[in-house]
Amino acid sequence: MVDLDNSSFRLEATNLTLAFGSNLIQRDVSFAVRPRSIFAVMGGSGCGKSTLLKAMIGLLRPVSGTLVVDGEDYWSTSEERRTEIGRRFGVLFQSGALWSSMTVSENVALPLRLFTRLDDAAICELVELKLALVGLAGSGHKMPSELSGGMRKRAGLARALALDPEILFFDEPSAGLDPISSNRLDELILELSGGLGATVVIVTHELPSLFAICDDGVFLDAEAKSAIAHGSPRQLRDSCGDPTVRAFMERGRATAAREGGGRVH
Amino acid sequence: MSSISLHPPHWIISAAGSERVLCLGGDWIAQDTGVRSPADVAGIVEQVGSGVLRVDCDRVGRWDSALVAFLRLLHERARIAKEIQVDDAAVPPAARQLLALASTGTAAPRGEPRQSRKPVASLVGEAALGAHGEICRVTALVGETVLRGLAAVAGRTRTRWQDVLQLMREAGAGALLIAAICNGLVGAILAFVGAVQFRRFGAGIYVADLVGIAVVREMAAVMTAIVMAGRTGGAYAAHIATMQGNEEIDALKTFGIPPFDFLVLPRILALVTMMPLLYLYGCAIGLLGGYVVGVATLDLTSSAFLVELRNAVAGREFAIGLVKSIAFGGLVALAGCHLGLRAGRSAADVGRAATSAVVAGIIGIIALDAVFAACTNALGI
Repeated sequence: MVDLDNSSFRLEATNLTLAFGSNLIQRDVSFAVRPRSIFAVMGGSGCGKSTLLKAMIGLLRPVSGTLVVDGEDYWSTSEERRTEIGRRFGVLFQSGALWSSMTVSENVALPLRLFTRLDDAAICELVELKLALVGLAGSGHKMPSELSGGMRKRAGLARALALDPEILFFDEPSAGLDPISSNRLDELILELSGGLGATVVIVTHELPSLFAICDDGVFLDAEAKSAIAHGSPRQLRDSCGDPTVRAFMERGRATAAREGGGRVH
Repeated sequence: MSSISLHPPHWIISAAGSERVLCLGGDWIAQDTGVRSPADVAGIVEQVGSGVLRVDCDRVGRWDSALVAFLRLLHERARIAKEIQVDDAAVPPAARQLLALASTGTAAPRGEPRQSRKPVASLVGEAALGAHGEICRVTALVGETVLRGLAAVAGRTRTRWQDVLQLMREAGAGALLIAAICNGLVGAILAFVGAVQFRRFGAGIYVADLVGIAVVREMAAVMTAIVMAGRTGGAYAAHIATMQGNEEIDALKTFGIPPFDFLVLPRILALVTMMPLLYLYGCAIGLLGGYVVGVATLDLTSSAFLVELRNAVAGREFAIGLVKSIAFGGLVALAGCHLGLRAGRSAADVGRAATSAVVAGIIGIIALDAVFAACTNALGI
C-alpha cells in the first residue's frame, strides 16, 4: 500500500475516476509521487494511461477524486491558479507536438517570451542551452517537419524544459523510436531529471525503459479499469502476486506458455 | 497473371463407413478461381445432413485465403446446424493454423445492420439539442471574441502581434489577385445585364448607377467575403484542426497559453482589418469592370459614365459596404476557427472541418447580408 503522508509528495492522486462522457476509463486510481523520483504509469495499450496523464496536466477534468500538486488541490482551484501551477510542469507529448508553423528555436523560445521578462539576447542564450542539452545544438533554424521522429521528440523535450519545470511529464517517450534512439532518450531523461532535480512522471509500456529508469510506479489494468499494483517496475516484476502484472512485466511469457501448452499441434 | 493453367475448385461428397468425406480438389486461388459463396457451403451442409464430415484436401492444388474462407464458412454452418461435426485433420496444417486464428474471438453476426434505426422523435430531439448547444457555443464565442478583442487591443492578452501581421499578409496581400478577378467580372456582368435592358428605352447612362450602387453596396462586400470564406476560412479550419490532431493545442494549453488568444484572436483581428481594405479594393476593380464594359458596349463617353457614377454613389453606400465587410470578416474567421477547434483528431476530421467552415462561411455571409438588407430597408438608408 502507498504511504500517505501529504507533506512528502509532489503529486498525489486519491480515488481519481476518469471518463469520456459515459465511457468509463479508470476508476478510483490512487497513487503518490515522491519528489525527485521517476514515476511510471504502466499498463497495456488502451488501459487509460494517457488519459490519466491528461488529468494530471489539466486537459481532462476527472469525474471524481482529487489530485493534489504540492499540497494544493489541482482541480478544485480556479482556472487561473491551475494555469499557474501548470507552469511548473513540462510536458513531452507522444508526437512531440511541436508548433508546426514555427522553427524549433521559436518553439522553445515562445514560453520564455510569453512568461518571462527576459530580453531577446537572454532568451536566445537559453534556447541554445536547452537545444544543446537535448543534443540539437545548431538545429534551431529547422522547421518541425524537417526533423526525424527522434529529433522531434528531443525538440519537444527542449521545449518542455524551457521554463525549468519542477515536474516533467512524458507520454510514451519511446513510442515510434528504434531501440538505440529510445535508449538514448531514456538516458537523457535520467540525466536531465538528475541535473534539474525534477520529478518525472512517465507514461509507458516499454519494458526496457521501465526497468532502466523508473523507481516507482502504478499499474493500470484495462479490464479492472483501475490501478491494480503499486511499486517500482523491478519490484512488480519480482514480487507482485497479480498474474496480469507479472505477465506484463515478463513480456507476456507466462500467458504465452499457458496458451502454448493448451494448443493442439 | 500466371501462365500456369489453374483448375477450378470442385468437391465430391462420399460416404466412408459411418462418416461422410468432403473431397476437395482443384486450385483454390481467390484472385483466379474465385471465392465460394455461402450458398455452395449451405448446399454441402444440407447434403450431408448430420454426422461427422471429414474434409479431405489431398487433391487440392494451390490454395490461399479462398480455401480458408471456405473452411471457415463450413465450420460456421456446421456449428449452426449442430448435427454436423467437421473433422479437418486432413486439412493442410498451415490452413488449419489460419483457421484456428480466425475462429478465436466472437464472430460478428453476418448481414445484420450494426445499428437499429432510431425513432423519428429521438432524431428530431437530438438535432434540436445539438442545434441548441451549437447556438450557445457560438454565442459564447462571439462574446469571448468581443471581450478578448478589447483586451488584446489594450495589450492584455497573449496575442503575438507578429502573428497578426503574418496572418494579415497571408489573408490580405495573398487574396489580391483572386479578389480582383471575382469583383472585376461581377462588375462587368452587371454592366452587361444593365446595358441590354437600359438600351431598349435609351437610358444606357443608367448602367453607371446600376453598377455603382450594386457593386459598392452589395457585390464587392459579398463577393470578397465569399472569396475569403473559401480561401482563408477553410484554411483556418484546416490549420487549427491539424494542430488539434498533432496535440499542438494540448501543448499550448499545458503551457497556459489560451488557444483563443494565441490562435483565434489573431485570425479574427487579421480578417477584420483586411476585409474592409479588400472591400475597397474590390469596389475599385468592380467599378472598373463595369466602366470598361459600359464604355465599350454603349455609346457612352468615359466622362459621362464617371459623372453619373459619382452622382449615384454616395458616401453612405461605402459606409454600408464597409460595415458589412467588417462583419463578414469576423464571421468568416470565427466560423473557421470555431470549426477547427471543434474538429476531431483524424485526417477525415480536418477535411470535414475545412468543408464545413467554407459552407458555414458562405451561408452565414448571405444570411447576414439579408439581415443587413432588412435593417437598411427599415431604416430607409
